[in-house]
Amino acid sequence: MVAAAFFYLFSTLMIASAFMVIAARNPVHSVLFLILAFVNASGLFILLGAEFLAMILVVVYVGAVAVLFLFVVMMLDVDFAELKQGFLQYLPIGALIGIMVAIELVLVMTGWVTSDAAIASASAPAPDDVSNTAALGRVLYTKHFYFFQAAGLVLLTAMIGAIVLTLSHKPDVKRQNIADQNARDRKTAVELKKAPSRAGV
Amino acid sequence: MTDWLIPLLILLGKSLLLLVALLIFVAYILYADRKIWAAVQMRRGPNVVGPWGLLQSFADMLKFVLKEPVLPSGANKGVFILAPFVSGMLALAAWAVIPVTDGWAVADLNVGILYIFAISSLGVYGVIMGGWASNSKYPFLAALRSAAQMVSYEVSIGFVIITVLLCAGSLNLTDIVRAQDTGLGALGWYWLPLFPMFVIFFISALAETNRPPFDLVEAESELVAGFMVEYSSTPYMLFMLGEYVAIMTMCALTTILFLGGWLSPIPFAPFTWVPGVIWFVLKVCLVFFMFAMVKAFVPRYRYDQLMRLGWKVFLPISLFMVVLVAGVLQVTGWGGAN
Repeated sequence: MVAAAFFYLFSTLMIASAFMVIAARNPVHSVLFLILAFVNASGLFILLGAEFLAMILVVVYVGAVAVLFLFVVMMLDVDFAELKQGFLQYLPIGALIGIMVAIELVLVMTGWVTSDAAIASASAPAPDDVSNTAALGRVLYTKHFYFFQAAGLVLLTAMIGAIVLTLSHKPDVKRQNIADQNARDRKTAVELKKAPSRAGV
Repeated sequence: MTDWLIPLLILLGKSLLLLVALLIFVAYILYADRKIWAAVQMRRGPNVVGPWGLLQSFADMLKFVLKEPVLPSGANKGVFILAPFVSGMLALAAWAVIPVTDGWAVADLNVGILYIFAISSLGVYGVIMGGWASNSKYPFLAALRSAAQMVSYEVSIGFVIITVLLCAGSLNLTDIVRAQDTGLGALGWYWLPLFPMFVIFFISALAETNRPPFDLVEAESELVAGFMVEYSSTPYMLFMLGEYVAIMTMCALTTILFLGGWLSPIPFAPFTWVPGVIWFVLKVCLVFFMFAMVKAFVPRYRYDQLMRLGWKVFLPISLFMVVLVAGVLQVTGWGGAN
């Protein structure tokens, strides 16, 4: 009963905050509502007994991705009232696309037949003798090892791409080289000069 | 009725006890911070309220509560008020899983360490929300700085935690402490075999909690008081409370991961009779003393140096150590992992 109550609490809050993401006027408020939606999703994961996924969702999406989202959105200086002025004029086409996607989803979902074997393997519970995290690790690092590695490579490619796009070597920028600074000693840094009077150095 | 009511009451009692103990501890940690700082600078520090100034923190609290909270007219009101609460609540929430002695945690989660990691990574929101909602330039700059800084140092904290997990073979904080109980006392704890990670964790913890020398978020020479410029009275106090509770969380986490939690440093009779919670508190105090000393005698980092240290020094070292530790454990078969 308690679990059901929490399920409805989390899902209601999640749907409401997801709606507020698109309804909020201020983009920063939108991102904050998005974070609330993430946190509620993590609560739903905990109710399902997937505590590892719940924590990873918070660490990755709330702790890192949404921070960078917020970082960017905060710095945008966009007048959203102005952007939203032409909003209604796109409503018909937007509504059309939305209805089409919804109809397609309904068609696909109702016509979908899952074989019994697939259902059995999809909902295989974690073995009782290990924790949720260990069970996940066992599957991920043995059975699906190549997919795991491939996903890592995709992320690496994305990272390299982002670095290549933004990396620029400016020749006339003074850079700090810590190793050089630490390698300096009295001999290289200090020079003793004789300064004769009335002549200067 | 009684089958769930009694556990609930016990849980509430435990939480309340921990909360009260924590808040009193925070008051004296604040006092200790100021006293240690003063001693290093050969000042007296707070010494007026109560004997040796012992009641200073409570006087400060009263002062904050009784003052008038000022809401800047340009502020985004909802977020402005929410920010200190987020900061304070998150800091306190992390303590739910910390085992102060064997078997005594409010919630003994399977993924306790991940929970703390998640909660402490959320701590940045208090700063960002406060900085943005103030609608003022210094708080905003501080918010930007903190967003970049805390995300950067979380990466190395994550890798340090992974090496400890590899050695302990569990994500449960109680099990991590038990894995360090090897019968060697202080020499069996993870600070010795994982010494480089201990150092990295300590420094990253300083950066994660915005302590000097990494307090660029509130660098008073550049940003006045950073994200807290526009805050006054109780909201300001909540920010301070959140900051110090987060510092204590980090001290407790260092204790659990590297200093054997509630275990006695000397593994024979008269010392093992001492209750675990006393050892735990003593170790937390020791780590906090190091925090306070660092504040007193290390100059503040420049922002680019901070980023360099996080990304170019700590990240490669900790990444390499994860591979090394995993390799050693695999080859020798040490550690709790099966």
